[in-house]
Amino acid sequence: MTSTATDLLLEATGVSKAYGAVVALRSASLAVRPGEVHALMGANGAGKSTLVKILTGAVRPDGGRITLRGRERTAHSPAEARRSGLVSVYQEPALIPDLDIRSNLRLTETPVEPFRHWLAELGLAGLDLAAPARRLPLATLRIVDLARALAIEPDVLMLDEMTAALPANLTERVLEVVGRQRGGKRSVIFISHRMIEIGAVCDRATVLREGETVGVVDVTAGSEDRIVELMLGQAVEDLAAQSGVARRAIAPGATPRLAARGLSHGTKLHDGTFDLHPGEVLGVVALEGQGQDELFDILAGSERPSGGELLVDGSPVAFRHPADAIRAGLVYVAADRAEALLMQRSVRENIALPYTTRLRHWGLIDLGAERRQVDGAVTTLQIDARAGSEVRRLSGGNQQKVTIARWVAGGVRTMLCFDPTRGIDIRTKAQIYVLLRDLAEAGAAVLLYTSELKEVQLVCDRAIVIFGGRVVAEIDAANADEPSLLRAAYNLRSDAPMPEVAAAESVAAETMVTNGTADPAATPRPEADR
Amino acid sequence: MSAAAGAVEGARTRPAGAVAAFARRNAWTLGLLAFLVVLLLFTKLIQPRYGPVQVQGLAISVLPLALAAVAQAVVVIGGGIDLSIGSMMAFTSVVSATAMQGQSAEFGVVVVLGVLLLGVALGAVNGSLVVLTRVPDIVVTLAMSFVWAGCALLVRAAPGGGAAEWLKDLVLGSIGSEWIPQAAVVLLVIVGAIWLPVRRSRVGLSIYAIGSNRLAAFRSGVPVGRTRLSAYVVTGLFSAFAGLSLTASTGIGTPVPGPYTLMAVAAVVLGGVSLAGGRGGVLGPIVGVVVLQLIRTDMTFLDVNTNLAVVAQGIILIGVVMVGSLVQMRRARA
Repeated sequence: MTSTATDLLLEATGVSKAYGAVVALRSASLAVRPGEVHALMGANGAGKSTLVKILTGAVRPDGGRITLRGRERTAHSPAEARRSGLVSVYQEPALIPDLDIRSNLRLTETPVEPFRHWLAELGLAGLDLAAPARRLPLATLRIVDLARALAIEPDVLMLDEMTAALPANLTERVLEVVGRQRGGKRSVIFISHRMIEIGAVCDRATVLREGETVGVVDVTAGSEDRIVELMLGQAVEDLAAQSGVARRAIAPGATPRLAARGLSHGTKLHDGTFDLHPGEVLGVVALEGQGQDELFDILAGSERPSGGELLVDGSPVAFRHPADAIRAGLVYVAADRAEALLMQRSVRENIALPYTTRLRHWGLIDLGAERRQVDGAVTTLQIDARAGSEVRRLSGGNQQKVTIARWVAGGVRTMLCFDPTRGIDIRTKAQIYVLLRDLAEAGAAVLLYTSELKEVQLVCDRAIVIFGGRVVAEIDAANADEPSLLRAAYNLRSDAPMPEVAAAESVAAETMVTNGTADPAATPRPEADR
Repeated sequence: MSAAAGAVEGARTRPAGAVAAFARRNAWTLGLLAFLVVLLLFTKLIQPRYGPVQVQGLAISVLPLALAAVAQAVVVIGGGIDLSIGSMMAFTSVVSATAMQGQSAEFGVVVVLGVLLLGVALGAVNGSLVVLTRVPDIVVTLAMSFVWAGCALLVRAAPGGGAAEWLKDLVLGSIGSEWIPQAAVVLLVIVGAIWLPVRRSRVGLSIYAIGSNRLAAFRSGVPVGRTRLSAYVVTGLFSAFAGLSLTASTGIGTPVPGPYTLMAVAAVVLGGVSLAGGRGGVLGPIVGVVVLQLIRTDMTFLDVNTNLAVVAQGIILIGVVMVGSLVQMRRARA
């Protein structure tokens, strides 16, 4: 690809933005060529989301120049950016929940036929357009959002963490469609925390660190290390070093901290059966919507099971309220921070909330004791609480640390983590991994659902696999490499040949060679079964 | 809770930093106070005879609405609303005036305590209905405003009754300096004695929590229903205080609710409490009430047509909240 500065599709130079004393962007630049898939990388707090907001017109920059096809552009709203040919798909689907899909399309003046075409390309051909958005699972909504963006044929498509929390089969479709944009007229700005996806579909990567563009890397085999290095600066942490943790042997016949026997809920969960022992991290692996949400809701006391039995330390329990679960020592860390935090309140109050709940029901809160607990938790988790008066002003990674800190402050016995590292940066992820291991070392039991299969070997002692509402397999960490987990998640026998389309790795290999479509029969689609 | 948080951070930062942090967190209330001072100076300017007597009169006239605003603020912070405050005030006012008429001072004490309990009961009924029926709070409390107003008329069809002398004296005159009206002290004592302990306790934190994010609060183990109920109970209690203050300042009970409910909502908004819940305190709304009342007084001094004055009051309300929000937005971005 030879290109001069003039035929850049989108160019941003020296973009800066400060929020009061906090400098979000110092000097960011980004140059996107026509027909390329361009990765925008950076740890949380590097200024990635600010740059995205500026490009989409949601935030006005303090300085810098943005040109689209060589012409200076100042978009003052997402609608204006859209009209000028820049469309973005965010982590949170921008669909009105109470309107059906068709009305949602009408709202954004999206032509239906191209939309259907892209929907089929993305593997959701059979979607009922009369379904209200709120009835559809999150993964489907994100695909709908993407198809909608593609249907208006934008010049620049911006995908922010598009694949986070997507099941593997849909991820693979998305990557395939994104990969196919290469060499056309359209450019894609691709934001993802998953290095493998960057390697699979991106041509170049721009790396931000502390509000500055620190490098542009041609994505080739082996460029991952270079990108990580740029992202982390001096603080390159060797994740692999943690994967060799000493696993604790569980004595046979020991009473598990938590024993689930045939838990069921509605039509989603049929047989949740597993043991969770003190001192271990038990992974839960499942494709989207296999009943893991219901399982965690039951364990956390938010939902009551329609059948089955739950034993804590050998005695049966029936939770009617999260407070019951918390009293029994089962605490819940959600993927969605908005589900867990009081965004307008301070770090202190957020951490103290459940801790306080455990104290006397009436009477004054002992502020001294509370402060010690909160400060201890803030230190343990290395929370950057400078903007602590309102949690919504913290970065995503710091917010997630707050949700964990509130339980650590009170002493953890059993922690239920539902995709706790979703959409947060590598550095914070690594800290959370270490923390979970430390908790287990200290005797806590940790149940960890993760949509990132790599985490299983990094953090877990063993993993259970849920498929179709049933626990179908249990895998030791030693054997829990990504291909095996994926096979298990699809409920395939472990010796069966792996469907070539199932893993992102295969997409990487595939898109480099050919764009051949895989045999559809080999791709189970749990999404379509529902 | 923000003052407590200020203490936490104050321990770590320089004192000046702590003061700045406190000012930042209470910027709205401080701004409103500054506005009030300007308004007072303006009043003195257009009416040079404005003095201690007028300030005492201001405090007495403000007392019922200030208590109503605190009542509304509590439930709004918890993410709800109570449209029956005015009716509860009328009900508790006529009950107290009827019971105290021609009775001894000692019996008056019993009546006051009984009426406060009545307020708690009214709030508990409101809260239970909201929590148990799952009918939206705005509907339940609107309906209950008719019920409580009807009850007030059942007790007493026309204004009348009496009040114990000590109760009437309680809100009259001044304490210490002639510039410190007794009614203002009574207000601060009541609010301080009830709201501060509530706010410092688990219940207070829970009220802020359910107002801020009900799902997160639930997931954190906060008993959402019970907390909502507590918020309505506190609101009922403050409404009873407001009703008693009506009896005290007029010496009789009036069965027809005054314009207190919606004025209280206005004061709450003016006082920096988010109608979406979870933000603000009770001091802001109190200052808001004084501001609203003083604006009305100034209009009278300026000989503005009373009807026009009401229009102006509405516009000023929007203006102040708009300016305040703009300032806050800039700060949030900054």
